[in-house]
Amino acid sequence: MTGRLIRDVLLPKLDRGRLRPLPDSVVLSGLGDSVAYTTDSFVVSPIFFPGGNIGSLAIHGTCNDLACSAARPMFFSLSLILEEGFPMDQLETIVQSIAQAADTAGVEIVTGDTKVVPKGSADRIFINTSGIGTVQASAIPSPGRISVGDQILVTGPVGNHGMAVMLSRAEFSFDFDLVSDSTSVWPVVEKLIELGPALKFLRDPTRGGIAATLNEISFSTGHGIEIEERTIPLDKSVVAASEILGIDPLQAANEGKIVAVVEKGMGNKALELIRGCPIAKGAAIIGEVTQEHPAVVVMKTRIGGSRVVAEPSGELLPRIC
Amino acid sequence: MISGDESRVAGALVRYIRESCEKVSGTLKFMEVCGTHTMAIHSAGLKSLFPGNLHLVSGPGCPVCVTEKKFIDQAVLTGKKYDACLITFGDLIRVPGSLGSLARFRSEGGRVRIVYSPIDAVGIAAEQSPRPAVFLGVGFETTVPTVAATLKVAMSSGVENLFVLSAFKTIHQPLRILAAKTDLDGFLLPGHVSAIIGSDCYQYLVDDFGKPGVVGGFEPLDILLAIKDLVKMAVIPFPQIVNDYKRVVRPHGNPSAVAITDEVFEPCEASWRGLGLIPGSGLALRDPYSKFDANLHLPVDVPPAQDDPRCRCAVILTGSLTPDECGLFGRECTPEEPVGPCMVSSEGTCAAYYKYGAQ
Amino acid sequence: MCLAIPMRLIEITGECTGKVDSGGVKADVVLTMVPHASLGDYLIVHAGFGIEVLDEEEAHIRLELFRELAEAYQPQEEQ
Repeated sequence: MTGRLIRDVLLPKLDRGRLRPLPDSVVLSGLGDSVAYTTDSFVVSPIFFPGGNIGSLAIHGTCNDLACSAARPMFFSLSLILEEGFPMDQLETIVQSIAQAADTAGVEIVTGDTKVVPKGSADRIFINTSGIGTVQASAIPSPGRISVGDQILVTGPVGNHGMAVMLSRAEFSFDFDLVSDSTSVWPVVEKLIELGPALKFLRDPTRGGIAATLNEISFSTGHGIEIEERTIPLDKSVVAASEILGIDPLQAANEGKIVAVVEKGMGNKALELIRGCPIAKGAAIIGEVTQEHPAVVVMKTRIGGSRVVAEPSGELLPRIC
Repeated sequence: MISGDESRVAGALVRYIRESCEKVSGTLKFMEVCGTHTMAIHSAGLKSLFPGNLHLVSGPGCPVCVTEKKFIDQAVLTGKKYDACLITFGDLIRVPGSLGSLARFRSEGGRVRIVYSPIDAVGIAAEQSPRPAVFLGVGFETTVPTVAATLKVAMSSGVENLFVLSAFKTIHQPLRILAAKTDLDGFLLPGHVSAIIGSDCYQYLVDDFGKPGVVGGFEPLDILLAIKDLVKMAVIPFPQIVNDYKRVVRPHGNPSAVAITDEVFEPCEASWRGLGLIPGSGLALRDPYSKFDANLHLPVDVPPAQDDPRCRCAVILTGSLTPDECGLFGRECTPEEPVGPCMVSSEGTCAAYYKYGAQ
Repeated sequence: MCLAIPMRLIEITGECTGKVDSGGVKADVVLTMVPHASLGDYLIVHAGFGIEVLDEEEAHIRLELFRELAEAYQPQEEQ
């Protein structure tokens, strides 16, 4: 059964030369000295959401993890675990999305695995992608390089993915244009690398949104972070959705954005470098690393007050109160 | 409003507040009684702008926080005994009961559906038929009419399997109890509850207790405006009821909403975490809508709930203790592992403090 | 206790139902409690129900008040 799946669905859509022989392992060459490697499993529900599905997410997510090490994503493995009875037409759509996302991101799927498990043993479909990328920067971004005074940027409006997914939940019946921002951020990172050692750190703010990422940075460096509410880019439909559902957009996931920490004074240069990137529209400097309030993220609010941006806890939930 | 203007308006209001508070030798302590106000105040970082002698405490304005543990237990037991589908707002899902939260019940196979609007309960009941569908009714005067309207639809559509487990509460009785507290100088009154019940109904705060009250909106500037008016009245002193949310709140409220509420519900006694049993502060289904009453038609034996004896939610809910003064705050009691509802509910006093920092 | 936001009534879809919009997000709304609402009004929407109609005149008065406050205000540092 898996044989037929591979032959009739997966190979036609995914093979770019190396998959068809179905070797046990693939040998790659020409990778250079510094190789980045990552893996991620995707168990998202719903599996289809506005602007993408679990398949495109599986490619973008792993691309973005590699990009955070300043690595160009190149070769991926793809593992599928399917619950018995998973509809074939949905699988075809997902695999097509995987193929498209990979092609657009310049990534080749060179090895893979497919398993079908009994009904109830998996929630419809689970996907794992592992990725190899070639590091393009001489100074690898890492939290250890962050210092007080460094500036913090975000590469575009935040919360789109998390809010789009929330709005599209079956229990709500909203009409909206908002779509996930799911994409490979490599084109933006490729530009930021031109900052050289002034580029200190990169992270993709997925689950928990920029609130989680800023807290991670603050915690791992021990430094404080200060951001300004009025500088945080937000699409108006995200603002509307967050007000309707009572959800903080800072805690909503992003799948096509980067939080970048750059050397003090280099923030505007960074913005200039990425100005032409279609996926970096609306990029902004949102704050800085400070010696005040160590390990705490504080936001100056629009009306001049200040409050702590805490680590998000648990599932994003809508509220009426 | 342009961002620059917004901070100038805020600056002007804060300056007025500071100058007024300078005239006061002691402290001024006001209470807000609306969880949405709690969240809005913390989210805008308002308290960081107040002078040191101005305190704003949270009262029992979070309907989830004042709902007793027993309610969650009753919901879970009803779900188990009758294989019922529980329908709830997102706010309740992680509140701990003695038998675990609704989220835990759901992960163990229990049927739990989250809704944004109570009207969705009608459709869910139809899907679940003949299984009972039980709507968990938590909320104050803003939410109650929406459930009343839903039940009218259910009645006229002949829905037989929809039930409501009511923990609905009303604001005036507890407000009277709190107004008697000598350490409170006035109240920030709930904007959307007042949209329903009107701004005219709070006069007893002035006449019986000599305390000012301001009905406030929810934008940061609305709240600052309301606080400025509270401070002004407290300093003179000249207590009155002022409506600073006139674009939404009318003196007599919304008569349609009040009428729908009265048609479906009648006052009953209710047990408030922190305040105990208060006569006339709850709402129960009246005939003929008692056919939807889960208490009547889906009875369960609910053992008395054991609150953690170290939990100080009850005292925090009456504004007598701040979250950071509770020994469990931030240690055994965190949003991930909450001991009491003030930490779980997204707008609970402790959750707001934890998320936004003491200011 | 009452998360509710102003949303514009953009369509009447039934005897007591309509559609509202805020920032491009459209939702169904039950209009039972706002019989005085007209198309184009801003409704205060709580849990899928309109609970009141925004009074445009009062909204305007408030904005005027804020405009005056903003104009009169001189931040300390500038003085």
